Amino acid sequence: MSAEAWQITWFTVAIAAASTLAILPIGVALAWLLARRDWPGKSIVETLVALPLVIPPVATGLILLKFLGRRGLLGGWIERTFGWEIVFTWRGVVVATAVMSFPLLVRTARVAFEGVSPRLEHVARTLGAGPWRVFATITLPLAARGLIAGAVLAFARALGEFGATIMVAGFIPGKTATLALSIYNLVQLGRDSEALALLGVSLVIAFGAVWLSESFLRRRTP
Amino acid sequence: MSVALHGVRMPLAHFTLEIDAVLDGPVTAIFGASGAGKTSLLELIAGLRRPSVGAVRIDGVELTDVAGDVWVPPEWRAIGYVPQEGALFPHLSVRKNLLYGHDSIRSRPAGLNFEHVTDVLEITALTDRAIGTLSGGEKQRVALGRALLAAPRLLLLDEPLAGLDAPLRERLIPYLARVRDEFAIPMIYVTHSPDEVVALCDAVLVLTSGRVTARGRPADLFTTATRPRYELREL
Repeated sequence: MSAEAWQITWFTVAIAAASTLAILPIGVALAWLLARRDWPGKSIVETLVALPLVIPPVATGLILLKFLGRRGLLGGWIERTFGWEIVFTWRGVVVATAVMSFPLLVRTARVAFEGVSPRLEHVARTLGAGPWRVFATITLPLAARGLIAGAVLAFARALGEFGATIMVAGFIPGKTATLALSIYNLVQLGRDSEALALLGVSLVIAFGAVWLSESFLRRRTP
Repeated sequence: MSVALHGVRMPLAHFTLEIDAVLDGPVTAIFGASGAGKTSLLELIAGLRRPSVGAVRIDGVELTDVAGDVWVPPEWRAIGYVPQEGALFPHLSVRKNLLYGHDSIRSRPAGLNFEHVTDVLEITALTDRAIGTLSGGEKQRVALGRALLAAPRLLLLDEPLAGLDAPLRERLIPYLARVRDEFAIPMIYVTHSPDEVVALCDAVLVLTSGRVTARGRPADLFTTATRPRYELREL
């Protein structure tokens, strides 16, 4: 593999890992709220979270572009406050992949939390444990496999993200070029053999991630 | 020890639980058919459910009072709860289950130590086992031990013998009697079995569709006319 191919692979894996880590705390918290609590607006939040699964990724990317651009509602504020440019930088890639993989994490984590019997949590409370101790010692360990599987699934989704990424971050070699964007670009340029090499790399990583996720779910305790 | 439920109303799926009663055991049975609201009543006392109106007091101390906005969370109530089938923590060993509430209690009443409790319940040999390897009767005894070791001032037992076959039920009744006599912790015992009421309880409260329809001593409420089975007298 060429140095360029290695750089693209490394960049893609790093981006996917960063976006997964970024959505993990909020995704797990939201999944818990959806599984265990009733609150006003719950069904609207549920629908919003699922939207990136059903609307075209390019459309999601366009929404993000409008929001996060220099003249966007959020983008302008972020640039003035932190001095960070989002659009057409690696940060844009992280945001795009994070938004696209968020629903997969939340859905899997929610199912994992719903699989923990509330009766166990109730008993723990009567044994003197406060809500945080119950979460840390009962809910979290019993949901752990599903949560890990959800994180791996989100990571795998982030690896292959194309539509939203191309809108928010564009294709800038060495700066925003992920595996998916590079494969498309190479095919456009007629460099099919290089594209096939990157395709092979994508397949190996994706296969590994999904296999890992499935094996965590399979080993769920009865 | 007395548990007072004052004007408690709590809507359930098919009816509203409406209770105004004092339970002053030492062992009080809540007797009724399945779906009568027995488990909901226990959850109300344990603080796992809130009524829409009413108050719950133990020895005059308010634990729940909707009108006065009083709410003591379950972890501060020191009320032990053994739900149906025990609800042991499947990811922890028997020992860790038993010690879950014991490690954090402030005062340890004499006799309520790990060795004595496991000895009384004859579960000493099980402490290093995984939960999945226990039989139904063993699970019930471990669940009972776990609740006892948290040093509760009141123990709520939700059909501890339901789901076990008849010979096993017979074998477990003496354990419950030993717990009652050895540790002298007041109990509220939910069951739909007259035999258990007569064998273990001092007082009975009959619950029908969320309302108390009879109360008294087991001997007054249950007839032995159809020995060996006990049946509720015509009321």
